[in-house]
Amino acid sequence: MRITAIGCEPLQLRRVHLENSRSLDVYRANGGYEAIRKVLDSMSPDDVINEVKKSQLRGRGGAGFPTGMKWSFVPKDSPKPKYVVCNADESEPGTFKDRYLMERDPHMLIEGILIAAYALGAKTNYIYTRGEYKYLIDIMDIALDEARAEGLLGDKILGTDFSCEIHTHTGAGAYICGEETALLSSLEGLRGHPRMKPPFPAVSGLYAAPTVVNNVETLTAVPDIIKMGGEAYQELGTEKSGGTKLWSVSGHVNRPGVYELPMGYDDMEKFIMEDCGGITNGKQLKAVIPGGSSVYIMRADQIVDQDVRMDYEGLVAAGSMVGSGGFIVMDETVDIFESTKNLTEFYKHESCGWCTPCREGTDWLVKILKRIDNGGGRPEDAKLLLDLCDNIEGKSFCPLGDAAAWPIQSAIKRFPEDFERRLIQNGKA
Amino acid sequence: MSTPLAQIKPLSQPVTMPAEVATFSPEVEAEMDRHIAKYPVKRSAILPLMFIVQRERGYLDPPAVAYLAERLDLRTTDIWEVATFYSMIYTQPVGKYHIQICKTLSCKLLGSEKITKHCSEKLGIKVGETTPDGRFSLSEVECLGSCGTAPMFQINFDYHENLTPEKVDQIIDALP
Ligand SMILES: Cc1cc2nc3c(=O)[nH]c(=O)nc-3n(C[C@H](O)[C@H](O)[C@H](O)COP(=O)(O)O)c2cc1C
Ligand code: SF4
Ligand code: FES
Repeated sequence: MRITAIGCEPLQLRRVHLENSRSLDVYRANGGYEAIRKVLDSMSPDDVINEVKKSQLRGRGGAGFPTGMKWSFVPKDSPKPKYVVCNADESEPGTFKDRYLMERDPHMLIEGILIAAYALGAKTNYIYTRGEYKYLIDIMDIALDEARAEGLLGDKILGTDFSCEIHTHTGAGAYICGEETALLSSLEGLRGHPRMKPPFPAVSGLYAAPTVVNNVETLTAVPDIIKMGGEAYQELGTEKSGGTKLWSVSGHVNRPGVYELPMGYDDMEKFIMEDCGGITNGKQLKAVIPGGSSVYIMRADQIVDQDVRMDYEGLVAAGSMVGSGGFIVMDETVDIFESTKNLTEFYKHESCGWCTPCREGTDWLVKILKRIDNGGGRPEDAKLLLDLCDNIEGKSFCPLGDAAAWPIQSAIKRFPEDFERRLIQNGKA
Repeated sequence: MSTPLAQIKPLSQPVTMPAEVATFSPEVEAEMDRHIAKYPVKRSAILPLMFIVQRERGYLDPPAVAYLAERLDLRTTDIWEVATFYSMIYTQPVGKYHIQICKTLSCKLLGSEKITKHCSEKLGIKVGETTPDGRFSLSEVECLGSCGTAPMFQINFDYHENLTPEKVDQIIDALP
């Protein structure tokens, strides 16, 4: 597996290949903890928020919400404690970048959280890591201890009046806990059910106190934003999609891996065919899910000769989304009915059961897909599936319902032949 | 909207606990204390403590549930409620080695089904079963964040990636 930057100098991936990249010494010797020093020496919390706003950094967890704006929603006058919670749940199928950031460069995350905590006035902060990533929790705990021993964490950080703590926390195998309000429920020791928004976490989050939830990749971008300045960071990308972005590439490519690209990288076809080494075994490209399982699937002809620009606007224009950057490539042998059934089973399994449209809807979707798979397909099933999706999308309590509907809707629309074959042939058989 | 934790009242009636309450060594107790100390509200430590209990006792049995309720000032139902939500918390015994094969799309594209079939034949059990000697349990699970090194499985907490049937044999045969 490859971990590399293409089309830009490695920024987030700058240290991952260094020997002992995990250690505080190597982090420091390579520019680490300079940003928090700069912040504490010369910047007010508002200065920090302004730099992040200028950077046009958008949340890398999937929703792409502007990070600086999110931070500015935290009420300054609240008497309650404030919290920064790092979302390291990483369970969107096809996504595995946060894992390598934490494994190879844990101090970058610590520094990012420290800067966010300073900007927001948070004293206690948590890293919520999916339970399966226990080895990463161990790595983070060691890094946190190292930072504590060097006065980078705890009381009076670097001899200033700024004090703050960061703790690791474990999830236990529930995809829904990646959704920020469910994550907070889980962190409070409850079942991981999402909560109503508003109030948004920025106003009423963890223990009903103002809370910012940010993805690992979002927070690890912050030290560089402070060091180079918000504008310089933005200019690495495009006007509205600042900086660089990590893409987790899997499936039928010769060189899967984690790729750091500048936002606005100008050709998705070149990315697949050259940078990722092309399709395995000389096969043809059939489909790509570019942003994790929840986004619209793309046909090869939406990519080839289309100059698809890889950033938030570019992917929407091309008919999909950046999402989490989980880039799943499929060759000509893949039956899109099968791949869609696979993802629908995922959503059924991960539906938290809180609301009826998603709990019952995903169950029915799987029942119908299984019936079709077993030879019981009927010509009207495509419409039945789409009707069912209509009753889930936009009618569920949290976005997981939408995420379950989108793969089916886009697959039936864009690969009707793979569905029709099942529905008509099997129906007659 | 959910109720803020501070407003959740404890039951006015004492709750009857099972006769047996689990006990742990002073070291394990101290480890639990360190987790509880991370949070302003004790209940937040429920998942970290459940993992410790599982490590010590194999799974969350009724005496362990009673213990956690006492330890966290909760009702036993609170513990069961959380335990039954999370797929990594076991309320039934599992094998010493729990082989969890990822079945989600990227792994499926690269042959996870072949790995499942191979494990199943090698161990003589179906997915969802445990070998009679209690050594192995076999499960299929959803994406574990190793899609770039598919197909893969996790044995307990250890990741094994880029699997082939031969590699599976080596890994399983080398287990102590
Ligand atoms: C069903 C669901 C699962 C999610 N899973 C994750 C996840 O694993 N990691 C993550 O960072 N964000 C995830 N999110 C997005 C979070 O809700 C939230 O938007 C994000 O953590 C905010 O951080 P960001 O602004 O830095 O992206 C998920 C959202 C939904 C609806
Ligand atoms: S949409 Fe699904 S995951 Fe979200 S609250 Fe409803 S049941 Fe739970
Ligand atoms: S799909 Fe198997 S690890 Fe992600």
